[in-house]
Amino acid sequence: MTVKVWRGDKNGGAYQGFDVPRQDNQTVLDVVSWIQQNQDPNLSYRFACRVGMCGSCAMMVNGTPRWTCRTHVNKVLDANTLVVAPLRNLPPIKDLVADMDPFFDKWIEAGGHHNPSASRYDTMPQIAPDDTKRAVANESIECINCAVCYAACDTVAHNDNYLGPAALQRAWTLYNDEKVNDTDAVLAAVSGKGGCHNCHSQGSCTLYCPNDLNPMRAISGLKAATIKHHIKGGR
Amino acid sequence: MDIRLYMAQRLSAIIMIPLVFGHLGVMIYAIQGGLSASEIMSRTQGSVFWFMFYGLFVIAVSVHGAIGLRTIMSEFLRLNDLALDAIMWGFGLVSMFMGARAVSAVTWL
Repeated sequence: MTVKVWRGDKNGGAYQGFDVPRQDNQTVLDVVSWIQQNQDPNLSYRFACRVGMCGSCAMMVNGTPRWTCRTHVNKVLDANTLVVAPLRNLPPIKDLVADMDPFFDKWIEAGGHHNPSASRYDTMPQIAPDDTKRAVANESIECINCAVCYAACDTVAHNDNYLGPAALQRAWTLYNDEKVNDTDAVLAAVSGKGGCHNCHSQGSCTLYCPNDLNPMRAISGLKAATIKHHIKGGR
Repeated sequence: MDIRLYMAQRLSAIIMIPLVFGHLGVMIYAIQGGLSASEIMSRTQGSVFWFMFYGLFVIAVSVHGAIGLRTIMSEFLRLNDLALDAIMWGFGLVSMFMGARAVSAVTWL
Protein backbone atom coordinates (compact mmCIF):
# COMPACT_ATOMS: atom_id res chain seq x y z
CA MET A 1 0.00 0.00 0.00
CA THR A 2 0.97 3.65 -0.36
CA VAL A 3 1.32 5.61 2.85
CA LYS A 4 1.53 9.39 2.72
CA VAL A 5 3.06 10.72 5.91
CA TRP A 6 3.09 14.41 6.84
CA ARG A 7 6.66 15.57 7.40
CA GLY A 8 7.41 18.98 8.81
CA ASP A 9 7.25 21.20 11.86
CA LYS A 10 5.46 24.32 13.11
CA ASN A 11 6.73 26.25 10.08
CA GLY A 12 5.00 23.95 7.62
CA GLY A 13 5.52 20.67 5.85
CA ALA A 14 4.43 18.30 3.11
CA TYR A 15 3.40 14.70 2.59
CA GLN A 16 6.05 12.09 1.86
CA GLY A 17 5.07 8.80 0.21
CA PHE A 18 6.20 5.37 1.39
CA ASP A 19 5.49 1.85 0.10
CA VAL A 20 4.61 -0.34 3.05
CA PRO A 21 3.89 -4.10 2.89
CA ARG A 22 0.38 -5.14 3.91
CA GLN A 23 0.05 -7.64 6.74
CA ASP A 24 -2.82 -9.34 8.48
CA ASN A 25 -4.14 -7.55 11.55
CA GLN A 26 -1.97 -4.53 10.82
CA THR A 27 -2.75 -1.33 12.70
CA VAL A 28 -1.99 2.21 11.56
CA LEU A 29 0.55 2.46 14.40
CA ASP A 30 2.22 -0.71 13.02
CA VAL A 31 2.50 1.04 9.66
CA VAL A 32 4.04 4.18 11.12
CA SER A 33 6.45 2.08 13.22
CA TRP A 34 7.41 0.03 10.15
CA ILE A 35 8.29 3.20 8.25
CA GLN A 36 10.36 4.50 11.17
CA GLN A 37 12.18 1.17 11.60
CA ASN A 38 12.70 0.30 7.92
CA GLN A 39 12.50 3.44 5.82
CA ASP A 40 13.31 6.58 7.76
CA PRO A 41 14.57 6.55 11.37
CA ASN A 42 14.06 10.32 11.46
CA LEU A 43 10.29 9.98 11.44
CA SER A 44 8.89 11.34 14.71
CA TYR A 45 5.67 10.03 16.22
CA ARG A 46 4.32 9.32 19.66
CA PHE A 47 3.03 6.15 21.28
CA ALA A 48 3.34 4.25 24.54
CA CYS A 49 0.97 1.45 25.49
CA ARG A 50 -0.09 0.12 22.05
CA VAL A 51 -3.37 -1.17 23.55
CA GLY A 52 -5.67 1.87 23.65
CA MET A 53 -5.09 2.90 27.24
CA CYS A 54 -2.57 5.73 27.27
CA GLY A 55 -4.04 8.07 24.63
CA SER A 56 -0.72 9.15 23.14
CA CYS A 57 -0.83 7.75 19.58
CA ALA A 58 -3.78 9.68 18.14
CA MET A 59 -3.24 11.01 14.60
CA MET A 60 -5.26 12.05 11.57
CA VAL A 61 -5.79 8.99 9.38
CA ASN A 62 -7.30 9.71 5.96
CA GLY A 63 -8.60 12.98 7.38
CA THR A 64 -10.18 11.46 10.48
CA PRO A 65 -8.79 11.64 14.02
CA ARG A 66 -8.15 8.12 15.34
CA TRP A 67 -6.25 6.19 18.00
CA THR A 68 -3.78 4.56 15.66
CA CYS A 69 -2.88 1.59 17.88
CA ARG A 70 -6.45 0.31 17.76
CA THR A 71 -7.24 1.28 14.17
CA HIS A 72 -6.86 -1.61 11.75
CA VAL A 73 -5.55 -0.72 8.33
CA ASN A 74 -8.20 -2.81 6.57
CA LYS A 75 -10.91 -0.59 8.11
CA VAL A 76 -9.49 2.72 6.92
CA LEU A 77 -7.50 1.92 3.78
CA ASP A 78 -8.86 3.98 0.89
CA ALA A 79 -7.80 3.05 -2.68
CA ASN A 80 -4.82 1.18 -1.19
CA THR A 81 -3.66 4.47 0.34
CA LEU A 82 -3.27 5.76 3.88
CA VAL A 83 -2.75 9.44 4.62
CA VAL A 84 -1.33 10.02 8.10
CA ALA A 85 -0.93 13.48 9.67
CA PRO A 86 -0.54 15.01 13.14
CA LEU A 87 -3.73 15.76 15.08
CA ARG A 88 -5.78 18.68 13.80
CA ASN A 89 -6.31 21.81 15.92
CA LEU A 90 -2.94 21.44 17.67
CA PRO A 91 0.38 22.94 16.53
CA PRO A 92 2.72 20.31 15.05
CA ILE A 93 6.10 19.88 16.74
CA LYS A 94 7.67 17.51 14.20
CA ASP A 95 6.16 15.08 11.70
CA LEU A 96 3.32 13.23 13.43
CA VAL A 97 3.91 14.69 16.89
CA ALA A 98 1.42 17.42 17.81
CA ASP A 99 1.99 19.83 20.68
CA MET A 100 -0.52 18.79 23.35
CA ASP A 101 0.07 21.87 25.55
CA PRO A 102 -3.05 23.82 24.44
CA PHE A 103 -5.15 20.71 25.06
CA PHE A 104 -3.90 20.17 28.61
CA ASP A 105 -3.76 23.89 29.42
CA LYS A 106 -7.47 24.06 28.64
CA TRP A 107 -8.04 20.95 30.73
CA ILE A 108 -6.64 22.87 33.71
CA GLU A 109 -8.52 26.05 32.73
CA ALA A 110 -11.80 24.12 32.78
CA GLY A 111 -11.10 23.12 36.38
CA GLY A 112 -9.94 19.63 35.48
CA HIS A 113 -7.83 19.16 38.58
CA HIS A 114 -8.80 17.78 41.95
CA ASN A 115 -9.86 20.31 44.56
CA PRO A 116 -10.29 18.20 47.67
CA SER A 117 -13.24 19.11 49.83
CA ALA A 118 -12.19 16.98 52.80
CA SER A 119 -8.96 16.38 54.66
CA ARG A 120 -7.38 13.05 55.54
CA TYR A 121 -9.00 13.29 58.98
CA ASP A 122 -12.51 13.29 57.58
CA THR A 123 -14.32 10.06 56.92
CA MET A 124 -14.53 8.85 53.35
CA PRO A 125 -17.86 9.70 51.71
CA GLN A 126 -19.95 6.64 51.03
CA ILE A 127 -21.00 6.70 47.39
CA ALA A 128 -23.33 4.00 46.15
CA PRO A 129 -22.44 2.74 42.66
CA ASP A 130 -26.07 3.14 41.60
CA ASP A 131 -26.28 6.72 42.85
CA THR A 132 -27.73 8.89 40.06
CA LYS A 133 -24.96 11.49 40.08
CA ARG A 134 -22.31 8.81 40.32
CA ALA A 135 -23.77 7.09 37.26
CA VAL A 136 -23.43 10.36 35.30
CA ALA A 137 -19.87 10.87 36.54
CA ASN A 138 -19.00 7.29 35.61
CA GLU A 139 -20.02 7.89 32.00
CA SER A 140 -16.99 10.05 31.39
CA ILE A 141 -14.19 8.73 33.58
CA GLU A 142 -12.85 6.42 30.88
CA CYS A 143 -11.44 9.40 28.96
CA ILE A 144 -7.80 8.70 28.05
CA ASN A 145 -6.94 12.28 26.99
CA CYS A 146 -6.10 11.24 23.46
CA ALA A 147 -7.41 14.57 22.06
CA VAL A 148 -9.29 12.85 19.24
CA CYS A 149 -12.42 14.84 20.20
CA TYR A 150 -10.38 18.04 20.30
CA ALA A 151 -9.05 17.36 16.80
CA ALA A 152 -12.54 16.46 15.54
CA CYS A 153 -14.22 19.61 16.88
CA ASP A 154 -14.98 22.37 14.35
CA THR A 155 -15.68 24.84 17.15
CA VAL A 156 -12.14 24.30 18.46
CA ALA A 157 -10.90 24.88 14.91
CA HIS A 158 -12.65 28.25 14.67
CA ASN A 159 -12.45 29.53 18.24
CA ASP A 160 -9.06 29.69 19.96
CA ASN A 161 -10.59 30.25 23.38
CA TYR A 162 -12.95 27.28 23.32
CA LEU A 163 -12.02 24.76 26.00
CA GLY A 164 -12.97 21.78 23.87
CA PRO A 165 -14.93 18.57 24.48
CA ALA A 166 -12.48 16.66 26.68
CA ALA A 167 -11.90 19.48 29.18
CA LEU A 168 -15.62 20.25 29.39
CA GLN A 169 -16.48 16.59 29.84
CA ARG A 170 -13.98 16.45 32.70
CA ALA A 171 -15.68 19.47 34.27
CA TRP A 172 -19.04 17.69 33.98
CA THR A 173 -17.59 14.64 35.74
CA LEU A 174 -16.31 16.83 38.58
CA TYR A 175 -19.66 18.62 38.82
CA ASN A 176 -21.34 15.25 39.42
CA ASP A 177 -18.67 13.97 41.79
CA GLU A 178 -19.84 13.86 45.43
CA LYS A 179 -16.26 14.45 46.53
CA VAL A 180 -16.19 17.89 44.88
CA ASN A 181 -17.78 20.48 47.14
CA ASP A 182 -17.34 23.68 45.20
CA THR A 183 -19.47 22.92 42.16
CA ASP A 184 -20.06 26.67 41.70
CA ALA A 185 -16.36 26.99 40.86
CA VAL A 186 -16.73 24.24 38.26
CA LEU A 187 -19.64 26.07 36.65
CA ALA A 188 -17.78 29.39 36.75
CA ALA A 189 -14.81 27.81 34.98
CA VAL A 190 -16.99 26.65 32.09
CA SER A 191 -19.14 29.81 31.82
CA GLY A 192 -16.49 32.19 30.52
CA LYS A 193 -15.57 33.34 27.05
CA GLY A 194 -14.30 29.93 25.91
CA GLY A 195 -16.84 27.96 27.92
CA CYS A 196 -19.45 25.31 27.20
CA HIS A 197 -21.87 27.82 25.62
CA ASN A 198 -19.72 28.00 22.49
CA CYS A 199 -20.56 24.38 21.62
CA HIS A 200 -22.75 24.07 18.51
CA SER A 201 -23.71 20.47 19.31
CA GLN A 202 -22.34 19.21 16.01
CA GLY A 203 -21.38 16.01 17.78
CA SER A 204 -18.04 15.23 16.13
CA CYS A 205 -16.57 14.62 19.60
CA THR A 206 -19.09 11.91 20.32
CA LEU A 207 -18.87 10.46 16.81
CA TYR A 208 -15.09 10.04 16.87
CA CYS A 209 -14.41 9.29 20.56
CA PRO A 210 -12.54 5.98 20.43
CA ASN A 211 -13.86 5.00 23.86
CA ASP A 212 -17.49 5.60 22.88
CA LEU A 213 -17.88 8.40 25.41
CA ASN A 214 -20.38 11.19 24.86
CA PRO A 215 -18.77 14.60 25.43
CA MET A 216 -21.66 16.31 23.63
CA ARG A 217 -24.08 15.04 26.28
CA ALA A 218 -21.68 16.16 29.01
CA ILE A 219 -21.54 19.65 27.48
CA SER A 220 -25.36 19.73 27.25
CA GLY A 221 -25.43 18.84 30.95
CA LEU A 222 -23.09 21.73 31.71
CA LYS A 223 -25.23 24.12 29.66
CA ALA A 224 -28.34 23.09 31.61
CA ALA A 225 -26.53 23.31 34.95
CA THR A 226 -25.08 26.75 34.19
CA ILE A 227 -28.49 28.04 33.08
CA LYS A 228 -30.12 26.85 36.32
CA HIS A 229 -27.27 28.36 38.31
CA HIS A 230 -27.53 31.65 36.39
CA ILE A 231 -31.28 31.90 36.93
CA LYS A 232 -30.78 31.32 40.66
CA GLY A 233 -28.48 34.34 40.70
CA GLY A 234 -25.05 32.82 40.20
CA ARG A 235 -22.61 33.93 37.58
CA MET B 1 -19.80 33.66 23.84
CA ASP B 2 -20.35 33.84 27.56
CA ILE B 3 -23.39 32.73 29.51
CA ARG B 4 -25.20 36.09 29.39
CA LEU B 5 -25.15 36.23 25.59
CA TYR B 6 -26.08 32.54 25.49
CA MET B 7 -29.07 33.13 27.78
CA ALA B 8 -30.20 36.21 25.81
CA GLN B 9 -30.04 34.26 22.57
CA ARG B 10 -31.94 31.25 23.94
CA LEU B 11 -34.61 33.40 25.59
CA SER B 12 -35.12 35.41 22.41
CA ALA B 13 -35.43 32.11 20.51
CA ILE B 14 -38.10 30.89 22.91
CA ILE B 15 -40.04 34.14 22.41
CA MET B 16 -39.68 33.84 18.63
CA ILE B 17 -41.04 30.27 18.31
CA PRO B 18 -44.78 31.12 18.65
CA LEU B 19 -44.32 34.49 16.92
CA VAL B 20 -42.74 32.90 13.81
CA PHE B 21 -45.64 30.44 13.53
CA GLY B 22 -48.14 33.28 14.09
CA HIS B 23 -46.39 35.41 11.44
CA LEU B 24 -46.36 32.59 8.86
CA GLY B 25 -49.95 31.63 9.65
CA VAL B 26 -51.20 35.19 9.27
CA MET B 27 -49.32 35.66 6.00
CA ILE B 28 -50.84 32.51 4.51
CA TYR B 29 -54.29 33.43 5.85
CA ALA B 30 -54.09 37.02 4.62
CA ILE B 31 -53.37 36.12 0.99
CA GLN B 32 -56.00 33.38 0.70
CA GLY B 33 -58.93 35.74 0.03
CA GLY B 34 -56.80 38.23 -1.90
CA LEU B 35 -56.64 40.94 0.78
CA SER B 36 -55.19 44.17 -0.56
CA ALA B 37 -52.53 46.15 1.27
CA SER B 38 -55.04 48.80 2.27
CA GLU B 39 -57.42 46.17 3.64
CA ILE B 40 -54.62 44.70 5.73
CA MET B 41 -53.63 48.17 6.95
CA SER B 42 -57.20 48.91 7.96
CA ARG B 43 -57.07 45.90 10.27
CA THR B 44 -53.62 46.47 11.73
CA GLN B 45 -53.59 50.26 12.21
CA GLY B 46 -54.57 51.15 15.72
CA SER B 47 -54.41 47.55 16.83
CA VAL B 48 -52.70 47.14 20.21
CA PHE B 49 -52.47 43.38 19.61
CA TRP B 50 -50.53 43.63 16.35
CA PHE B 51 -48.36 46.38 17.81
CA MET B 52 -47.45 44.10 20.73
CA PHE B 53 -47.10 41.03 18.48
CA TYR B 54 -44.68 42.57 15.96
CA GLY B 55 -43.05 44.89 18.49
CA LEU B 56 -42.02 41.88 20.56
CA PHE B 57 -41.03 40.03 17.39
CA VAL B 58 -38.73 42.86 16.30
CA ILE B 59 -37.03 43.03 19.71
CA ALA B 60 -36.52 39.25 19.84
CA VAL B 61 -35.22 39.07 16.26
CA SER B 62 -32.80 41.96 16.83
CA VAL B 63 -31.35 40.38 19.97
CA HIS B 64 -31.21 36.87 18.47
CA GLY B 65 -29.78 37.88 15.13
CA ALA B 66 -27.17 40.23 16.58
CA ILE B 67 -25.77 37.60 18.96
CA GLY B 68 -25.81 34.97 16.22
CA LEU B 69 -23.99 37.31 13.83
CA ARG B 70 -21.42 38.00 16.57
CA THR B 71 -20.71 34.25 16.85
CA ILE B 72 -20.41 33.83 13.08
CA MET B 73 -18.05 36.81 12.83
CA SER B 74 -16.03 35.50 15.75
CA GLU B 75 -15.56 32.04 14.23
CA PHE B 76 -15.07 32.96 10.58
CA LEU B 77 -13.22 36.28 10.77
CA ARG B 78 -11.62 35.87 14.23
CA LEU B 79 -12.22 39.51 15.08
CA ASN B 80 -11.35 40.89 18.50
CA ASP B 81 -13.97 41.44 21.20
CA LEU B 82 -14.25 45.17 20.56
CA ALA B 83 -15.00 44.66 16.86
CA LEU B 84 -17.41 41.81 17.66
CA ASP B 85 -19.30 43.91 20.19
CA ALA B 86 -19.43 46.83 17.74
CA ILE B 87 -20.91 44.58 15.05
CA MET B 88 -23.36 43.02 17.50
CA TRP B 89 -24.64 46.34 18.84
CA GLY B 90 -24.60 47.97 15.41
CA PHE B 91 -26.57 45.19 13.76
CA GLY B 92 -28.94 44.85 16.73
CA LEU B 93 -29.73 48.55 16.95
CA VAL B 94 -30.15 48.98 13.17
CA SER B 95 -32.48 45.94 13.02
CA MET B 96 -34.44 47.24 15.96
CA PHE B 97 -34.74 50.71 14.44
CA MET B 98 -35.83 49.39 11.05
CA GLY B 99 -38.23 46.94 12.66
CA ALA B 100 -39.69 49.59 14.94
CA ARG B 101 -40.19 51.85 11.93
CA ALA B 102 -42.07 49.12 10.09
CA VAL B 103 -44.17 48.19 13.12
CA SER B 104 -45.13 51.81 13.78
CA ALA B 105 -46.02 52.35 10.12
CA VAL B 106 -48.30 49.31 10.06
CA THR B 107 -49.93 49.55 13.49
CA TRP B 108 -50.10 53.26 14.37
CA LEU B 109 -53.02 55.31 13.21
